[in-house]
Amino acid sequence: MTGKIDKFCLVGAIAALLALIFPLTGADPDTGKMVAFVGDIPGLAVAMALCVIAGAVFTWYGVGNVALASMLLLVVIFGGWQAIVSLDDYGIGGHARVGFWLFILSLWALVWRAIDVLAKYRTLETGKQQAAHLLVPVAFGVWLLFVWQVVTVGFGVPQVLLPPPSMIAERFTGSIPILWADFHQTFIKAVLSGYVMGCGSAFIVAIAVDRVPFLKRGLLPLGNMVSALPIIGVAPIMVMWFGFDWQSKAAVIVIMTFFPMLVNTVTGLNAAGRLEKDLMATYASGYWSTLLRLRLPAALPFIFNALKINSTLALIGAIVAEFFGTPIVGMGFRISTEVGRMNVDMVWAEIALAALAGTAFYGAVALAERKVTSWHPSFRVRR
Amino acid sequence: MTLKAVVNNVAQMPVSKDAVVDIQKLTLTFQTADGPVYALSDVDLTINRGEFVSFIGPSGCGKTTLLRVIADLEKATSGDVSINGVSASEARQNRAYGYVFQAPALLPWRTIERNVTLPLEIMEMTKAERVKRAHDALKLVELNGFEKKFPWQLSGGMQQRASIARALSFDADLLLMDEPFGALDEIVRDHLNEQLLKLWARTNKTVAFVTHSIPEAVYLSSKIVVMSPRPGRIIDVIETRFPKDRTLDIRESPEFLEIAHRVREGLRAGHSYDE
Amino acid sequence: MTSDSASLSVTYAGPSLWIRMMAGTTGPVIVVLLAFVVIWHVAVIYLNAPTQIDRYNRAGQDWTAAQLISDTMMQERPILPAPHQVAQEMYKTIFTVGITSKRSLVYHSWVTLSSTLLGFGMGTFLGILLAVGIVHVITLEKSLMPWVISSQTIPILAIAPMIVVVLGAIGLKGLVPKAIISTYLCFFPVTIGMVKGLRSPDHIQLDLMRTYNASKWQTFWALRWPSAMPFLFASLKVAIAISLVGAIVGELPTGAQAGLGARLLAGSYYGQTIQIWSALFTAAFIAGMMVYGVGRMERRVLERMGARP
Repeated sequence: MTGKIDKFCLVGAIAALLALIFPLTGADPDTGKMVAFVGDIPGLAVAMALCVIAGAVFTWYGVGNVALASMLLLVVIFGGWQAIVSLDDYGIGGHARVGFWLFILSLWALVWRAIDVLAKYRTLETGKQQAAHLLVPVAFGVWLLFVWQVVTVGFGVPQVLLPPPSMIAERFTGSIPILWADFHQTFIKAVLSGYVMGCGSAFIVAIAVDRVPFLKRGLLPLGNMVSALPIIGVAPIMVMWFGFDWQSKAAVIVIMTFFPMLVNTVTGLNAAGRLEKDLMATYASGYWSTLLRLRLPAALPFIFNALKINSTLALIGAIVAEFFGTPIVGMGFRISTEVGRMNVDMVWAEIALAALAGTAFYGAVALAERKVTSWHPSFRVRR
Repeated sequence: MTLKAVVNNVAQMPVSKDAVVDIQKLTLTFQTADGPVYALSDVDLTINRGEFVSFIGPSGCGKTTLLRVIADLEKATSGDVSINGVSASEARQNRAYGYVFQAPALLPWRTIERNVTLPLEIMEMTKAERVKRAHDALKLVELNGFEKKFPWQLSGGMQQRASIARALSFDADLLLMDEPFGALDEIVRDHLNEQLLKLWARTNKTVAFVTHSIPEAVYLSSKIVVMSPRPGRIIDVIETRFPKDRTLDIRESPEFLEIAHRVREGLRAGHSYDE
Repeated sequence: MTSDSASLSVTYAGPSLWIRMMAGTTGPVIVVLLAFVVIWHVAVIYLNAPTQIDRYNRAGQDWTAAQLISDTMMQERPILPAPHQVAQEMYKTIFTVGITSKRSLVYHSWVTLSSTLLGFGMGTFLGILLAVGIVHVITLEKSLMPWVISSQTIPILAIAPMIVVVLGAIGLKGLVPKAIISTYLCFFPVTIGMVKGLRSPDHIQLDLMRTYNASKWQTFWALRWPSAMPFLFASLKVAIAISLVGAIVGELPTGAQAGLGARLLAGSYYGQTIQIWSALFTAAFIAGMMVYGVGRMERRVLERMGARP
């Protein structure tokens, strides 16, 4: 890396230098005066200067190792913090001009280089390597949130269009009781019961169907086809049949989760190899014994695949079904009513909740899979 | 670009005036979580023009790694590798060698002809030139008539011949072969060995050939390099004096058995049966 | 499988058509479908009988079992319409009404289909672009790929009403917001499939390209792209199905005037079950056709790439 000029750091240094020179903000339309100068905001000025120095130094010497990359990351974090603070405290929000955006560009260039170095970090110590593997996407995600925050506040994007993350977080923490009630209604009542009933019944049907090859041949192609259909459209019918409460949502989920589970379980039950089956036959193992000792374990990866797919489908089914009618609680209900009232920050809080619930649900199933099928090649640590 | 022989006027060693591959003090170490693995240790080797050199040894002795270092698919930890007087990396950029892998590695969506022309396309030759060369190369491996077939329509042995044709198509003087017939049954293998010998006699190429079969090594080679594992190193180099137009019959000759015996002794001496 | 048995029957007068059908998948599928229709009819009688009996009682009318059965299949707003009622409604709204009419299912289908296809096109393009970036830039892979994968676990469809309303607030209405939802939904499966596909060449093939000193782009076009084709088509099938779902759900929140989603919503407001079911079947038909179309394209492309038939 030495000997060559580090282009990203060069861009970072030059952009930060220009940020010090160019006007930071526009004029306030009422007073006709500039809203703020760099000189008035010591924190921001220091951050810009730090970026110039760090950028210049690393341009020549290169970001050779992880320690230097972490230092660069610290500089960027300080800069980002100052940028957010000055947007709020000095009233730059909505008035930010070239100088400010050049600073953001500088941060961008520097953070890319830092993440770049971390991403290419290779070590034989598994602990450190895993930490790096975790840090890179986290840093990237935080950076995206930062850009979202700075752009919405800096340009003064109307909150109806896209509220800044800080506002969503505020709304989230401020409406925990409502969110909990919605979560309870949608997730705990509808999703969990529908998921268990749908997957459970499909599993039982799959075991039954497996004994009748004729049915198996008839159901498998149909089941595959059904998974491509917009089943979610049965939601209005289920609402009519089972009423507005969670039962209708659970019914939608049962229908949505049934076929993926059926198809995967039936496929999985046929996954055991010829040799293994012959082996069981040489032991004169009966149907149930073979099912329990060979075919079900061999089917587990397929079954878990369906369970994972269904965890996402179930949440989608519940939320969309609530668009068709619900008592005055539930995540889908809240989204559609708050959107109607243009309370977009509440909608975002609800979406954040849905994302959390969805990821946690999926994560729980994936964790169970890891525990139960740890023998499967896909979990083997690659050397 | 010319792929003709580069006259080696550097001549570091008196015997290697016409050395195609010259390896000095080559060491290669892989870093793994369980500590370093010494794949190759202190290897010196010269391959002269027109030679057929076999590398033989038990698995893990670094014979494939050595071939990959020559091909610049693997970087040496220390030591010098020169091919036609330039570094391995430059040699690769000059397309100085054709490489035949353990598996045919034919692209399944290309016909046999288009598989053979693949390197020629990458070297940006004209269409007419490509077709002509593919035709010639396929003729060398007796696969003419199969141009329009897809790989799956050919037997395993024919697929491997097609991959040899692909390595020959751009007329590199050096042919690197990594256990090319390892996955084939013995009858097919004998047949391909005969064909390969004919090809070698006809084209006068330099061949480096990795194998783990003693009869194959003795039958094909003009020079046999016996290697041993942990660390991977050369323990014996045996020259054979069979004519280039040898036939399978020589395998019953006393000379053949004597060389095979020496190879086996070498392998046994170098191999500790602790694992 | 069918061609095998067909060639057999030439050499000796093989098993009868009936047995061959039942031994393959066609026969069983037909039987299962028939069973489904029978169950449906039973369900129609069972579900609609209470309201029908109620009606008889209120009218003080005597009734027989046969009359009850036939009447449950002819209600105007049944709890579950009989198949022939849905078929009649579909026939009426598809063939007898002018295709520009608001009552035509063809019109509504086209509204939904156009945004589905637009979103599918944009989503596929974006997905491939992102996958190419992820495969070639290691930093993108390490930083972006975990997010793409974990975003699969998020019920993204929840965002749909907001996109429609918010874009509507700034003047974007009709086709585009729905297409954006579809785009958003389908680019994830395409990205994940293509990243897998572009990585699918094995070591030996990549080494081969290296021995030719091939450039990144030469390797891409000669090796990575063709290897990724089966993966691309597998994800396209998922993407086009999910794209339709996105378009339908995108029609729900605004009380949209047109589209299959609007038909579902209007049907649920006014208790028009027959209308809901016919919209549902039309949507299912469209989904089936689109997936079939992608499948045909897949077979064409793979055949030209010399895949084993």
